[in-house]
Amino acid sequence: MTQVGEDWDEGGPERLYVLTGGRSGFDETGLDLVTLIVSRTPPQIGMQPEHESILRVCASPLSVVEISAHLKLPVSIVSVLLADLLAEERVEARAPAPALPDIDIIKAVIHGLQNL
Amino acid sequence: MASRTFETAAGPRSEDALPASATSAVKIVIVGGFGVGKTTLVRSVSEIRPLTTEETMTEASAGVDDLAGVERKSMTTVAMDFGRISLNDELVLYLFGTPGQQRFWFLWNGLFEGALGAVVLVDTRRLEASFDVLGRLEESQTPFVVAVNAFDEAPSYTDGELREALDLTDEVPLMACDARNRESSKGVLLALMQYLHSLAMTSEAT
Repeated sequence: MTQVGEDWDEGGPERLYVLTGGRSGFDETGLDLVTLIVSRTPPQIGMQPEHESILRVCASPLSVVEISAHLKLPVSIVSVLLADLLAEERVEARAPAPALPDIDIIKAVIHGLQNL
Repeated sequence: MASRTFETAAGPRSEDALPASATSAVKIVIVGGFGVGKTTLVRSVSEIRPLTTEETMTEASAGVDDLAGVERKSMTTVAMDFGRISLNDELVLYLFGTPGQQRFWFLWNGLFEGALGAVVLVDTRRLEASFDVLGRLEESQTPFVVAVNAFDEAPSYTDGELREALDLTDEVPLMACDARNRESSKGVLLALMQYLHSLAMTSEAT
């Protein structure tokens, strides 16, 4: 139970609610855990800190789930933040490989693993 | 009190950055009971130190599992570890370790959609920990292989005994592995991919 005056829990639901303006939803955004995100613009002064962090860590391509790990925020929250950045065209999303069975993808994975 | 600021949120190390040419990613799920070696397997083949993403379980869990008896609605944080392998300049493979017990299936939202397939990691001391997940994978028609992680003190069974105990059909590849060993873990992933290859060839032929 949260009481008035109790320490703000960094990962607690109230904070997450504030970060996303009350929105939720991984499914609505169309993002996959392994959708690769790349920044299109550098962070700007006055941005929400979480948006700024995403733009910074995505200077090179980074999956949604890696962003979640680096920012220590649940994937559901990161997805909402990414939806903002996508709408503003500040990031680019590179969708995962198409659904299986795709023999070319399978062969590429086998080849890649053999070369490890 | 924690005072994490987002200005200092750690990003990937520069040597861990993917090339700008990385265009698409695929995923394989490593699933099994607690302590079976999922993260060990991920770590042994991953090019990055395994990362952790956390989700919060807010559902009231009383009566479902070990959380039974907890009076108030509990907030449980469940971690999922994952690693990464760059297969070539464009294609990246992500490996996710996730608990197989039914009460953690909420973690699977978005995890199995589009996944290439799964590795079910088994500890012969706790075969029953794999029952839930095997049934679920069969139901969802996710292709999988079964790898028995070799623990020194674990009882050893013949393949036939294991197949019977786990109710595996002959088609499902079954192998022993040492999750700590890179080549062994790589072998498990390759076995899964070769199985997928044979399934794809069969479906193309029909």
